[in-house]
Amino acid sequence: MIHLATLAQGQIYSQFYDKLVPVTGVPWLLFTILKMLVVFTVIMVGVAMLTLAERKISAWIQDRIGPNRTGYGGLLQPAADGLKNIMKEETYPDAANMKLFILAPMLSFIPALITFAVIPFASPLSTKWGLVEMSVANLPIGFLYILAIASLGVYGVVLAGWSSNNKYSLLGGLRSSAQMVSYEISMGMAAVAVLLLSGNVSLQAIVSQQQAMGWNIFPLLIGFFIFCVAAFAETNRLPFDLPEAESELIAGYHTEYSAMKFSMFFIAEYSNMVTASALMVTLFFGGWDIPGTQWDNIPPWTVLKFLITGAVFFGKLLSFIFVFMWVRWTLPRFRYDQLMSLGWKFMLPLALCYIVITGGAVLGLDMLGVSRSVQWFGIAPFWAALGVLNLVLAALVFVVLDRGRIISPAYSRLSARQVAHLRAISAGRSLVAPQGD
Amino acid sequence: MPIQVKVLERPVGEASYVRAMLSGMALTFKHLMNPHKKTEQYPEVKWALSPRWRGTHRMLTDETGKAKCVACGLCPQICPANCIKLVPGEDEEGNRYPLVYEIDEFRCIFCGYCQEVCPEEAIHVGRHYENSEYSREGFVYDLERLTSQTHPVCEMWDPDDPKGE
Repeated sequence: MIHLATLAQGQIYSQFYDKLVPVTGVPWLLFTILKMLVVFTVIMVGVAMLTLAERKISAWIQDRIGPNRTGYGGLLQPAADGLKNIMKEETYPDAANMKLFILAPMLSFIPALITFAVIPFASPLSTKWGLVEMSVANLPIGFLYILAIASLGVYGVVLAGWSSNNKYSLLGGLRSSAQMVSYEISMGMAAVAVLLLSGNVSLQAIVSQQQAMGWNIFPLLIGFFIFCVAAFAETNRLPFDLPEAESELIAGYHTEYSAMKFSMFFIAEYSNMVTASALMVTLFFGGWDIPGTQWDNIPPWTVLKFLITGAVFFGKLLSFIFVFMWVRWTLPRFRYDQLMSLGWKFMLPLALCYIVITGGAVLGLDMLGVSRSVQWFGIAPFWAALGVLNLVLAALVFVVLDRGRIISPAYSRLSARQVAHLRAISAGRSLVAPQGD
Repeated sequence: MPIQVKVLERPVGEASYVRAMLSGMALTFKHLMNPHKKTEQYPEVKWALSPRWRGTHRMLTDETGKAKCVACGLCPQICPANCIKLVPGEDEEGNRYPLVYEIDEFRCIFCGYCQEVCPEEAIHVGRHYENSEYSREGFVYDLERLTSQTHPVCEMWDPDDPKGE
């Protein structure tokens, strides 16, 4: 652990925290309220626009046009949908447990929104009252906060499924709880690798470490893969949308919901997606870091720097959201057994092994004295060494994962020999005796 | 006792999920970037109807503006949906004309038999399909409504000119 104290990231880290005085007192309170309002507004408006983006992207993928009647290019469609959802009749099933039925959308909606609070979304801003951190709450245990709050989201879904008193809803809720519990473990485990590398659970520190050494995506490629798959499962997006599975469960846990309550679940899903994307950007893609320059990592913290880094962060975030949507409109849903075997038989052991391997590698490289700071061609040797290790691991992982070992496509071309074999089996089982002598 | 599950022997070892997934993603991305634009913007752009399209009925009129119908009763006779109501009348000169001629467009199956059977080429099915009303009663078209419509009528199939040339 001695080596951790002498990390290169420490230089930037100390510039960040020691030389500039953070804002305190009344200005701190006002700035925090302002940040809360801005982040809340941006997320709510963003979520509304994301519903439009989802419909547009799905339309283009399916060679359609998508909503284009309300406003220019359908831009007012979210407003029309929102208005419709507010005006619609709320239906309450007679057999529902009314208190929990009303509580469930809130429990789903609130954790989805407040997870974003700890994510640093831009470089800090230097004001005459002091340095303003650009996250709503710069918690020193930011990552643990996210894990804690994100796992609360499942309560909303499970309670919605249970309180509706409807068998489809209940099945959706059950599936959701099983899925979220399964994948939450591997998600947390995958992120431990990031913590091993940064030596800190503060998200701001994780960003600083990546600014100093290079983004985590390369040295923690497998970790990113596990985290990404788990994030898809956590947000109930395809190919893991078993809780709502339209074809099997009508709409799953929100079958009985209508109007604004249904909309709450929708907003929660999209906010979860935003938070998961933000988390992936922060943990693996350098947060608000601009690649290829150190200009954004050092003081002075001007307004221009704040705006540019913020734009870069949201650009990365939107590209992840695009991947979420792209995957949704491409991949079919997993079967329940595939979901469980992927979660428990593959992701969890892989994540555990990965912690051991990464921990060993980080310790070994530090003991060998491999430098974490940028040396040749803007590449840190430490970063490159871990990256190569991960590439080797990735090759192994995809060989194990693929070709019917863990997951398989439902169909592949049959060879003539296999067709003959299958015919022989079905001939033997047929109820009608073969014709002839 | 365990549930009997039929297990199909699929050669899954030869198919790669990762490769299938990536090729699927590539395909959707290709469509996303370069969609096949097939959609027609309906109310503004309308599909060209076939000359033999059988839609909303039209009653043709003679030069004086009277309906050509002679109330022979063939169309209600042949109508398989029984949607034509005809009450015949006769004037002083002995010319028959319809006192009541109503077609229920809700019941009609648009087979076009009424047009085929009409000896006076009076009743026609038309090349028109946008008929919406605020009430069910509005779909019962009376003689006045049938004669006042102006859309083109269906060209029936002619055995001598099968391709309509």
